[in-house]
Amino acid sequence: MVTEQPDSRVVTACIDGSASTDAVCDAAAWASRIIEAPIRFLHVLERVRTPERDDLSGAIGLGSRSKLLDELTELDEKRGRLALEHGKLLLQDARERVTGQGAKDVVLQQRHGSLVEALQEYEDETRLFVIGRLGADSEGRQHAIGSQVETVVRAISRPILATVGAFSPPERWMLAYDGSEAATTAVARVARSPILKGLPGHVVMVGEDTNVNRAQLEAAAADLRTAGHEVTYHLLRGNIVESLMTFRRETGVGLTVMGAYGHSRFREFFVGSNTERMIAQSAVPLLLLR
Amino acid sequence: MINTIKEEWFGNVRADLLAGLVVALALIPEAIAFSIIAGVDPKVGLYASFCIAVVIAFVGGRPGMISAATGAMALLMVTLVKEHGLQYLLAATLLTGVLQIVAGFLKLGSLMRFVSRSVVTGFVNALAILIFMAQLPELTNVSWHVYAMTAGGLGIIYLFPLIPAIGRMVPSPLVCIVGLTALSLAIGLDIRTVGDMGELPDTLPVFLWPDVPLNLETLMIVLPYSAGLAAVGLLESLMTATIIDDLTDTPSDKNRECRGQGIANIGAGLLGGMAGCAMIGQSVINVKSGGRGRLSTFTAGLLLLIMVVFLDAWISRIPMAALVAVMIMVSIGTFSWSSLVDLRKNPISTNTVMISTVVVVVATHNLAIGVGVGVLLASLFFANKIARFIVIKSDADAEGTSRTYRVIGQVFFASADAFIASFDFKEALEHVEIDLSQGHFWDITSVAALDKVVIKFRREGTRVEVVGMNAATRTVVDRFGVYDKPDEVEKLMGGH
Repeated sequence: MVTEQPDSRVVTACIDGSASTDAVCDAAAWASRIIEAPIRFLHVLERVRTPERDDLSGAIGLGSRSKLLDELTELDEKRGRLALEHGKLLLQDARERVTGQGAKDVVLQQRHGSLVEALQEYEDETRLFVIGRLGADSEGRQHAIGSQVETVVRAISRPILATVGAFSPPERWMLAYDGSEAATTAVARVARSPILKGLPGHVVMVGEDTNVNRAQLEAAAADLRTAGHEVTYHLLRGNIVESLMTFRRETGVGLTVMGAYGHSRFREFFVGSNTERMIAQSAVPLLLLR
Repeated sequence: MINTIKEEWFGNVRADLLAGLVVALALIPEAIAFSIIAGVDPKVGLYASFCIAVVIAFVGGRPGMISAATGAMALLMVTLVKEHGLQYLLAATLLTGVLQIVAGFLKLGSLMRFVSRSVVTGFVNALAILIFMAQLPELTNVSWHVYAMTAGGLGIIYLFPLIPAIGRMVPSPLVCIVGLTALSLAIGLDIRTVGDMGELPDTLPVFLWPDVPLNLETLMIVLPYSAGLAAVGLLESLMTATIIDDLTDTPSDKNRECRGQGIANIGAGLLGGMAGCAMIGQSVINVKSGGRGRLSTFTAGLLLLIMVVFLDAWISRIPMAALVAVMIMVSIGTFSWSSLVDLRKNPISTNTVMISTVVVVVATHNLAIGVGVGVLLASLFFANKIARFIVIKSDADAEGTSRTYRVIGQVFFASADAFIASFDFKEALEHVEIDLSQGHFWDITSVAALDKVVIKFRREGTRVEVVGMNAATRTVVDRFGVYDKPDEVEKLMGGH
């Protein structure tokens, strides 16, 4: 019984102190300005489970259990307090940054637990989530895609804006369309959403030039036009991800919109996921719709 | 879900591998020592430890907990092995596993909430005492060399970690075992070694079906043992899981653990091993050594097998005194020493529950009976305490011909007599009003008590009027659901 409540209009932006934090702030400020929603900055304190000390003596004696509990508690307490302080500072910096860009209504929030849990907690009150493609866990690694992005996108049914590099407000956008259910949902969502209103957009499909494909594409574009969007449509040939990337570069698109993870994990394990490849290789922010 | 599996297995690889190694060393002495107590070859315990640890790593509900062949279980098998032999033990192990899986599906793990803190403490202390007592046969009727070696072993275990730098890098039980074995070989001591205690594993375990007739008679022989084993195994496993939950501040799935213990025991039975369960001491060692994930349990089991199969020639020369020293360490580490300090400040009922649990276990060598007695006592003490939450106030009117009794509090079997005694039947009255709206009637006994009061008054010629009856009797019915409704709770708790 999730009803659209009047206060379900918050932009929830997740920051963790990684390089993407500034981009997330800027993107949140941009989105909140357009959809006229307050911003909630969320910093999640995830527990580090890895023990720090090395004690392989393997001996337990008088009161070992209570002493061990004390030691582990103390260690967690120290880490927890540091993380809490650190998070507070991050949140304050974030507030300053978006206030400088004109955002008025900013809420700061810290939660313990996993990122996904925290996001699910706020899902009902959130209109749009903003996350960075690369988080603190993945910095300096070979991953082009953050360790939690997929989990988050799969678990959350609200739109997610994933920033890539520094954020600059997009001037035109493209919607990656493949005729699937996920893509159709994406079209419907974009049609309803005010966030892209007034920006020129492209509906792009990669596939054979068949009547079916063309008809689907035209229908999608027509839906968007009816909703007041200014869109053109294109049918491209070739490799899905590469064609989309090339098209994006050539047309100067600043935001990619797509339905995410339309297939089961099982299929993706064998076939791989276009969503994942798109997120990994995109040079511009992505608006992911589930 | 894939992420959870990844996290539980590979979230802590280095520390898990090292901790698994440390734990494997502490598993060997317990498996050997308690195989001997159960009256079977050490290989039965060692195969069981390997199989249980490896299987539970996959199917258990508490990552980082160590399960293997344990003393608590071995003590229950003694008479079965003595009277019917090893094959019946293997059959009993299989049945234990089945019973535990059933318990898991029936969600009996949630029954653990009836086991109070003091019963858990009593259980843990009793277990430590049993482990210690199990070492005594190795320390009676032996030469002074054995005492010296055991004392030396304990010295190494507790003092070696104090050495700067290397003290925390090498498991001190390993130093103890290697050191004492080298010493006894060097000076050619004639003391009991592991090799004297029975057959050690020389091959990898093989699958085998217990060689027992599959009939009702067999079932009747093994069922009582299996039921006891299943109960003790689940109790110790769930208690250990709670301890590890507390230490690591992470949750566990208790019903999955019940099913996991069952699967692990079936595996052990099919590989010629005895039933086992979680081990408090070794699990604490694991956490202390940095083990947190499933990989630590898996590593412990696998390394145990590798060590005993490939080093069996060396294992057989380990003096029993070295293993006794390790087991005494496990027993000291398992015992809750703070509970002795707490004896002075805890209420006498709590102490009685804890000590009764310990005494019953030590007397019967059966942890399930001890826990049963502990839970029963704790419930009686609780009922007794709640029975005191009853007050009956009365006001007489000005002429002294009428009186109103107001019942406030809990009326049930333990407070029914106090309820009746609160009325003054000798007072000559025309009219009595009994106001029950703030009383809570829990059971049939309390309703009968009310009837009795009314009848007594009527026999004295007093007119009795019971008011607020609806509110009071409605609660007699066991409708636990009312706690979900705030206004119902108000009515229930209105009494105090």
